[in-house]
Amino acid sequence: MLTLNVNGTRHQVDVDPDTPLLWVLRDTLRLTGTKYACGVAACGACTVHVNGAPMRSCTTPVSAVAGQRITTIEGLQSKVAKVVQAAWEKLDVVQCGYCQSGQIMSAVALLTSNARPSDKDIDDALDGNLCRCATYQRIRAAIHEAARNLG
Amino acid sequence: MNELRIENRSRREFLIAGAGLTLALCMPSAGAAAAGAGKLPGTFEPNAFVHIGTDNLVTVIVKHLEMGQGTYTGLPTLVAEELDAAWAQIRVEGAPADARRYNNLLMGTMQGTGGSTALANSFEQLRRAGATARAMLVAAAAQRWSVAVDGISVGQGVVRHAASGRKAGFGDLALAAAALPVPEQVSLKSPKDFVYIGKRVPRKDSKAKINGTAQFTQDVNLPGMLTALVAHPPRFGATLKSFDAARCKSVKGVVDAFAIPSGVAVLARDFWSAKKGRDALVIEWDESRAFRLGTREIVRQYQALLDQPGAVARNDGDAQGGLRTATKQVTADFSFPYLAHAAMEPLNCVIRLGADSCEIWNGEQFQTVDQGNIAAVLGLKPEQVKLNMLFAGGSFGRRACTHSDYLVEAAHIAKASAGRTPVKLVWTREDDMRAGYYRPLYLHRLTAGLDAQDKVTAWTHRIVGQSIIAGSPFEAFMVKDGVDHSSVEGAASLPYAIPGISVDLHSPKLDVPVLWWRSVGSTHTAFATEVFLDELAHAAGKDPLQMRRGLLAGHPRHLGVLELAAAKAGWDKPLAAGAAGEKRGRGIAVHESFHSFVAQVAEVTVRADGSFHVDRVVCAVDCGIAVNPDVIRAQMEGGIGFGLTAALYGEITFNEGRVEQSNYTDYPLLHIREMPRIEVHIVDSQAQPTGVGEPGVPVIAPAVANALFAATGRRLHKLPLRLT
Ligand code: FES
Ligand code: FES
Repeated sequence: MLTLNVNGTRHQVDVDPDTPLLWVLRDTLRLTGTKYACGVAACGACTVHVNGAPMRSCTTPVSAVAGQRITTIEGLQSKVAKVVQAAWEKLDVVQCGYCQSGQIMSAVALLTSNARPSDKDIDDALDGNLCRCATYQRIRAAIHEAARNLG
Repeated sequence: MNELRIENRSRREFLIAGAGLTLALCMPSAGAAAAGAGKLPGTFEPNAFVHIGTDNLVTVIVKHLEMGQGTYTGLPTLVAEELDAAWAQIRVEGAPADARRYNNLLMGTMQGTGGSTALANSFEQLRRAGATARAMLVAAAAQRWSVAVDGISVGQGVVRHAASGRKAGFGDLALAAAALPVPEQVSLKSPKDFVYIGKRVPRKDSKAKINGTAQFTQDVNLPGMLTALVAHPPRFGATLKSFDAARCKSVKGVVDAFAIPSGVAVLARDFWSAKKGRDALVIEWDESRAFRLGTREIVRQYQALLDQPGAVARNDGDAQGGLRTATKQVTADFSFPYLAHAAMEPLNCVIRLGADSCEIWNGEQFQTVDQGNIAAVLGLKPEQVKLNMLFAGGSFGRRACTHSDYLVEAAHIAKASAGRTPVKLVWTREDDMRAGYYRPLYLHRLTAGLDAQDKVTAWTHRIVGQSIIAGSPFEAFMVKDGVDHSSVEGAASLPYAIPGISVDLHSPKLDVPVLWWRSVGSTHTAFATEVFLDELAHAAGKDPLQMRRGLLAGHPRHLGVLELAAAKAGWDKPLAAGAAGEKRGRGIAVHESFHSFVAQVAEVTVRADGSFHVDRVVCAVDCGIAVNPDVIRAQMEGGIGFGLTAALYGEITFNEGRVEQSNYTDYPLLHIREMPRIEVHIVDSQAQPTGVGEPGVPVIAPAVANALFAATGRRLHKLPLRLT
């Protein structure tokens, strides 16, 4: 039994300690907003926050984050998160949408630590978040829009 | 197009659809039409798209898959426009698989999403559905208020009678409207009265996709459901000889493992257990009949075919004669690799068997083809297979497989496990990349002749590559005289005024499964034709834009986008120089695909080490009436990014029959830092709307290759583009 702290709730989970956090979130806790796309930390679709920092849950053994503060797309509460999501909606960033939970998790982490990111800062922070639909131009614009709205 | 009729199904469907007005569009079924006169109208098949509830919500049933292209926004826009509904009261629902009610009007009797046809085939159908509902609501209001219909207006979901100051919402009138006869005739708005068409309305799927609640197949969870992974053979054509599942079955969470036609299936309580179980399988494959070629051997075989005449796709004038008398000849061989679709959501399918029924949860492009193929595996009738349509996390043609490969696999698993539990079949990224259905590998050879005045007099174009259509239900009408239309589209339709044009094709058979890939034939023909035309411009000493202009006199829509893109890009002004050691260049290309016209100007910077960056792309598109300009812009931006991935990276290769790539690590996608600044300009047009999901894709690679030539003087004929 491991204790996980996800979105402010404590869960006891009975899984092998080497199980990636992604599959515990999706299959055990039924939090399916965090996506599986590559399983090898190459695409960012599975990005969650661990103690506020973005992390690829597909290659993170669940035992490594027991007791830590885990936030998924379902648990985003901060002002920054709300503003980011509003900007995403205003600019209609999404296409198929499958990568977007991960994009938003990375964007929120960026703006939380850097209120005025440059294009280069955005490129660096979101480098690991792939979008097959190539919504990148709007992702960039939405992050700038959110930064403006956060004042 | 078939004549449309509309009937009121509210009374019949009252119980199942809930209270309100349900409008059905009726078309003579194929059978009735074939039987000709004498059939009674009662034999017509109904086909429902609009439901207005007493709760004031308007539900639009969308018969096409939403895979990112915006169809859940574009199609409801058509209904909202003619209904004069408020955008906020519109809800969207995916249609079940039903060939009679939800067929694609451009695909005959089949329900399907592809070829950028969703909006085009629905443009009149859904506007008529909206206009009819509006007329009935107005009639109901006129009756209730005892006034003439003329004095009634509708706007933003409110029905009003100005003279008496009365008004009502759709929900208030829905039941009364449902009791009325359907009007014989409705008139559609004149474009000048459009409220939504031509303006941006927000996407209907945005919210769910940014808060994690959007349901993809991967997210479905049914009571008792097991997750299935399948071990596929390492080579196409190999079969299972034997397997030992003892270790697999001892993995915690694994429930069962058994053989199915496509490999060995492992059923477990969750994905990770299934994956561990699959890793523990010991399998012996029979590879005696397996595909064992490598990319190099395939290319060598194809090269031999480039020297031999193929099936004729186009033969205008005397191209061979023109070449013989030319004063200058230019020739080039092009090559294009196999490509994987690599959508972010790997293939998957949820299936549940009942007594004499089967239920599927999936996002798929060929709903009724899949329905038929699944039914055949399970010994059911197609209508006993119920499809719950979900979002697809991308598809790009992959979820439009006429063999329904992954769905059939799911059906076999359900059948082999005797339907004990619902099953979610999941392909890992590696499974998705290695199990085939690629954009075929193609070689092209182009030769052209110029006369003493540098006028192009002859153009020959030979293409070698597997047929996507052969062996599919489309073969009968898409392969003619040995020419698969999808292999030569964009080449046989070359718009340039050249007296002698010949295009021919070889379609060798190979055991690599192939399929359409976003923009299909144009993925390679646009590159070959537009890069080669640039070479001819260079040979003739002309500016590439000038050259195209001179050859496109009879093609105003090509010219329109070409001029617009060039003007907005500032083609007539010199490009700003790069930093020390950098070279810059600008390239242009134009192409028609799926009846839409796109031109792009790309600007590149080449660094001293030969690496390069695409800085800016100016894109002009003519897709007829621009129903939602923002969705069009999004599709051009995304199409350019998708095309750039192929231009820079995309390549599936074989070594002794094994696919060498497995994941995004060795089949990279464009990263955010590589995304150029894109400007999209839409040609103002009153032509019938045409698709935008695909036409942005094929133009970027030739525009970039032409820009690289302008920067470096090096002509690239091979994708992906490499200067080093
Ligand atoms: S699924 Fe974790 S990075 Fe791709
Ligand atoms: S929106 Fe489709 S993968 Fe990003």
